[in-house]
Amino acid sequence: MVLSSIVNRLLHMNKIQIQNLSLQYSDGTESLRNVSMEIRQNAVTVLFGPAGGGKSTLLRCLNRLNDLAEVKTSSGQILIDGVNILDPKIDVVALRRKVGMVFARPVPLPMSIRENVIYGLELAGEKRKSKLDEAVERSLKLAAIWDEVKDRLNDPAIALSGGQQQRVCLARALALQPEIVLLDEPTSGLDPISTGKVEAALQELKKEFTIILVPQSVQQAGRTADAAAFFLQGELIEYAEGKNLFTAPKHKKTEDYIMGRFG
Amino acid sequence: MEKSLSLREFIITRLIQASGYSAILFVALIFFFLLREGLPTLSEVGVTSLLNVRWYPIEDYFGILPLLSGSLIVTLGAALVAVPLGVGTAVYISEIAPRWMREILKPLVELLGGLPSVVLGFLGILIVSPFLRVFLDLPTGLTAFTGSLLLGGIAVPTIVSVAEDALDAVPRAFREGAWALGATHWQTIWRVTLPAAKSGVLTGVMLGIGRAIGETMTVMMVTGNAPVLAVKLGSLFHPVRTMTATIAAEMGEVANGSQHYHVLFFIGMTLFLISLLVNVIASSVIFQSKKRAERVLS
Repeated sequence: MVLSSIVNRLLHMNKIQIQNLSLQYSDGTESLRNVSMEIRQNAVTVLFGPAGGGKSTLLRCLNRLNDLAEVKTSSGQILIDGVNILDPKIDVVALRRKVGMVFARPVPLPMSIRENVIYGLELAGEKRKSKLDEAVERSLKLAAIWDEVKDRLNDPAIALSGGQQQRVCLARALALQPEIVLLDEPTSGLDPISTGKVEAALQELKKEFTIILVPQSVQQAGRTADAAAFFLQGELIEYAEGKNLFTAPKHKKTEDYIMGRFG
Repeated sequence: MEKSLSLREFIITRLIQASGYSAILFVALIFFFLLREGLPTLSEVGVTSLLNVRWYPIEDYFGILPLLSGSLIVTLGAALVAVPLGVGTAVYISEIAPRWMREILKPLVELLGGLPSVVLGFLGILIVSPFLRVFLDLPTGLTAFTGSLLLGGIAVPTIVSVAEDALDAVPRAFREGAWALGATHWQTIWRVTLPAAKSGVLTGVMLGIGRAIGETMTVMMVTGNAPVLAVKLGSLFHPVRTMTATIAAEMGEVANGSQHYHVLFFIGMTLFLISLLVNVIASSVIFQSKKRAERVLS
């Protein structure tokens, strides 16, 4: 198993391989239909398209958060470093530590900024104060919010502005030193300045992490994407390098959506 | 046309206002009545006699300490039974149970809450108390402990239904946030969901305890009604008599306006003050956490 994952990593620089993934919720709302794609390491991959296209569903498959939703059927595979994470036997808690997630609405837990950031580490059993302090500083710096909160780490996280809360949530995910970071419309409630800060942070973060982003708009997709995938009603319509896809889309539907003719 | 409409508005508003005020009026009247009938005791019997350890009204011993301690020990025992059980049940229903189970359990718990306490007392006399007598090898099964168990059963539905609502109101995003950080199911419950629902859970606990203190029928049936001072841990397994049971048992037999009559009202007053205290503590806990949240949000 270990050997195969090493071979896999050498063969492709692809961190994640999604193979023929299909999924349907019990209430029949959002679903995925036979999606296959490969996601590169140390890049920002953007999943975009109109609502109900399956972008969030795909994100939630990557850290198995869908386990908790009412899923009717699912098939296909997702390989991360060559290991199928949809296998019911894998350790979901370990997976979620390796694949961090930031949500659309910042959800600071009802505790202080510091406690929020070290929360995941504490759950994982880390007790040494020096380690925790180090993680707080490192991840808050990575999330580009250290300077704003370093003097009030013990204030309740909910007292921060929306943009700051979202970056604390990003830091919270980064504190676990994940390999992959999933972001589900992380800037949807933020003002342009905060949005800019988060986007800038992403460009720094991709040096260390593999980033998968569901953007809040086509414009944001265009600004941030190294690679971009266009989803429509559960199907992957087009997947290409960001600069190619946004300047010369191959598919008519992609072009129409980017040009704002529907959606 | 317009005039009759505004008149109707006026009447309806006043009616609603009146019913709102009447609640305050009734509480005030009850309190006033209790004071009027209870306070003369302080001069008739005197504080020192009231704080005696002997309750034997026929010979003018009016020490209320045995009754007070009886009520407290039974309620304390009930709280020890009901709080873990109630909060545990609420957590199970809201966080762990599959949907079909939840749909069965919730109405069942609410049904349990509507069970007349005399029926529960019946079960206590026929089943719980003989069982305890044999199982714990006691001279009698009618003890404070028996009362605690049954009162716990009475308080549980209240705690469950209020606490479950509070847990249910915790945004799903909180739980997902914790899961996404690699928290296990139990860690999410213990460290995120329960703290977030803290004030609601505490309200449920206080309401449940409040119900247990005021409960009369069940305790009268199963606690043995011996007015003995209950201050040791062992007293839990002896018969006791509570304040509520005393009032219910003796009020029918006293002469109107006698010393005994006034003392019973005095006991009622004490009971009233205790439940008032419980309510004030409960609401101040809630108020505090609200104030903190408001301060934080502003």
